[in-house]
Amino acid sequence: MTRKKIMDIKSLTIAQAKKDLQEKKYSSVELTTAYLDRIEKLNPTLNAFITVSKAEALEQAKKADEQFSNLTIEQLSNYPLLGIPIALKDIYSTIGIRTTAGSTVLENYVPPFDATVVKKLKDAGTIIIGKTNLDAWAHGSSGENSEFGPTKNPWNTAYVPGGSSSGSAVAVAADFALAASGTDTGGSIRLPASFTNTVGLKPTYGRVSRAGIISMSSSMDTIGHFTKTVEDSALYLSVSAGQDPMDATTPDQPVPDYLKNLTKGVKGLKIGIPLEFNPFEDEPTRQANKMKMKEALNVLSKLGAEMVEISLPHTEYAIAVYYIIQPSEVSSNLARFDGIRFGNDRSSFGEEAKRRIMLGTYTLSAGYYDAYYKKAMKVRTLIKKDFDEAFKKVDAIIAPVSPTPPWKLGEKNDDPLAMYLSDIYTVTANLSGNPGLAVPIGFANELPVGMQIIGPHFSEELLFQIGHAYEQETKWFEKRPNI
Amino acid sequence: MKIDVKHVAKLANLTLTEDEIKKFEGQLSSILEYVETLKEVDTDDVKETSQVTGLENVTREDETTPSLTLEQALSNTKSSQNGNFKVKAVFKES
Repeated sequence: MTRKKIMDIKSLTIAQAKKDLQEKKYSSVELTTAYLDRIEKLNPTLNAFITVSKAEALEQAKKADEQFSNLTIEQLSNYPLLGIPIALKDIYSTIGIRTTAGSTVLENYVPPFDATVVKKLKDAGTIIIGKTNLDAWAHGSSGENSEFGPTKNPWNTAYVPGGSSSGSAVAVAADFALAASGTDTGGSIRLPASFTNTVGLKPTYGRVSRAGIISMSSSMDTIGHFTKTVEDSALYLSVSAGQDPMDATTPDQPVPDYLKNLTKGVKGLKIGIPLEFNPFEDEPTRQANKMKMKEALNVLSKLGAEMVEISLPHTEYAIAVYYIIQPSEVSSNLARFDGIRFGNDRSSFGEEAKRRIMLGTYTLSAGYYDAYYKKAMKVRTLIKKDFDEAFKKVDAIIAPVSPTPPWKLGEKNDDPLAMYLSDIYTVTANLSGNPGLAVPIGFANELPVGMQIIGPHFSEELLFQIGHAYEQETKWFEKRPNI
Repeated sequence: MKIDVKHVAKLANLTLTEDEIKKFEGQLSSILEYVETLKEVDTDDVKETSQVTGLENVTREDETTPSLTLEQALSNTKSSQNGNFKVKAVFKES
């Protein structure tokens, strides 16, 4: 029992667990068991997991413990995440573990291979504890579009946790794992991070390999993750980032030491505040969120950052561009699911997948391609140029993640356009390829609020530096949901 | 703006119910109406962006590496024969 007291998983981070495991305060089997017990008890309420891989996790943990006993400190440095339990969004291919993409089309699909990132995470020593719930095919902003039932927000189970990486955000928020992987094509990591008081990284396009992760929109899909702290996010990216011959969009760009500048602070940095990102409008119920954003900027000013107003003039067109490019690419990517080589046939697609396939097929069809797809790709150039111009004046941009606080389950179900508009502040970075780090900035009406820090391509180091400085001052991650 | 939903469903190889056809007619039209705003943007001299980090012609050595075994490749199909995927006939016998 004394050991359980040492291992307080509500306050545990990757950085701390690494230390504890190395000092043998507890074993990886004990740590993994603690998480599995918590999942068993609380997952029925939150529905964060589609599959819990208990047997595999315990076996991996046992192996990790052997390594801790047998390897030298120097050898152990080759396993930067040894013994750390993590969860994977159920859109990452995992050898021998069912991978559904949240859809009944793949309800019985067991991949015969691992995604590149899964291989890297395994090689680093992580324990894969299970596969998390998501909006089917990553289509959605709330998590309600899963064909395995909606995920609930641990801060108030009447509310959505945000999507599409709903289960991964909740896995970290509810202490079911120390980190969880996600994908972000239009905000699917940053939005649920901001709704659950977790740190969510959408890396630069191409920074992390997409190979083996079920594609949604190939020109925008990015592979990121959720953690409790910014430091943990940096640790995780050090493992997941890098060039992969299996994904031609990963550049030959060195992976820096993401922890190197972590504690450098924000003194002298110029932070851009986009005029066009004016969320929460003047609705009285959203004033609390607006206040949180102001407070966050004040904290950064006090820490020595200089705030500069900037303009991203094409922001108002981002959702329109996104809802042409994304469904077009979705219709193409989902064309391969025919039920012949794996999975069920096309009659198993749910309503949202069908809606996007239909929309994309239409915008790519003869006679409409120029008017829709080509036009959207041109406006995309202008959106990217807005960012390029802004980064000539500032080091990074800070903006809200969501235009609204988390909403109640069922509130937006019959209005797809209203649901699509919840991505209004996140899609621009997917269109331009820039990295974005969502960081908690407190609570409004007892529900979490987040901001995003956006930087130039491949500036993740800088995002961690800014995020860490803010986090050390505020420590919102220390507040845990009461479940 | 009205979409010929039945025609598009055929192109996409989707079978829709009458209810879905009706529902999609309304919903897809309102989404397309919304994206019409792009017409306001002057893009006369603008090139399209399809790859944001500027990579071009990425190739790798054409070397054989270990890949899936026949058994692994067929492990998820409902219908195989003699080590092949079995599909419905495409051509009719005359």
